[in-house]
Amino acid sequence: MEAVTYTYEIDGENFSAAGEASTAVKRVLKKLRLPPAIVRRAVVCMYEGEINMVIHADGGVAELAVDEEKIVITLKDRGPGIPDIDKAMEEGWSTASSSVRAMGFGAGMGLPNMKRNADEMKIDTVIGTGTTVTMTLYIGGEAK
Amino acid sequence: MLIKDLRDLLEATLLCGEERLYEEFDTVFASDMMSDVLACPDEIHCMLTGLMNAQVIRTADMMDIGIIVFVRGKCPPEDVVEMARQREMVVMYTGCRMFSACGRLYNAGIGQR
Repeated sequence: MEAVTYTYEIDGENFSAAGEASTAVKRVLKKLRLPPAIVRRAVVCMYEGEINMVIHADGGVAELAVDEEKIVITLKDRGPGIPDIDKAMEEGWSTASSSVRAMGFGAGMGLPNMKRNADEMKIDTVIGTGTTVTMTLYIGGEAK
Repeated sequence: MLIKDLRDLLEATLLCGEERLYEEFDTVFASDMMSDVLACPDEIHCMLTGLMNAQVIRTADMMDIGIIVFVRGKCPPEDVVEMARQREMVVMYTGCRMFSACGRLYNAGIGQR
């Protein structure tokens, strides 16, 4: 398989458009004929991340890179940063507003769910500058 | 269970996906929180929800959920139905509340395996 890279702008202003990049990522991964189980794990990582970028960081840029071995999703925002990553990784912990919760999100499940679905997840965050989340899924690896 | 039987059991109104009525399904997840749906590790064929926005369709799409039932008599707006139609999903709405919709499906054998 030839290595491919795609870049998507995430619009932070429009909640109802959130997920358009994830839909595009799913289309790419299906077209590459990757196994359905890894496609689902990858798009859940991407979608949770995309929603987080819209809710917390006014959008940003997502990059999808796929080669023979792995899928790498990089989500880069210019948001406020995450003050306490350990706390943010706890299931149920969320700083989302009640309006976000009313739209079905902000249950404090996003980051833990991304970690569960990825084989590796790295968070680089700088307060006041932004956050970059990098998730890697190994195509030949054990099914999660 | 056939999708057609799901529609009849919940006395639901079909909004799109008529061509799939004679397909079988057997797993259901019920929630108004899309976060919970996304965190489910199991395969889900059908989602019951009282939430009505575009993210319901996107969440279903990400999780390969092909059937969506809107409960409490909520009929989703046409743009939401159109998103589902483009993804070849089955969408219906029922006057049942979430609890009674789940109860009817459980009594009919869904979730008892």
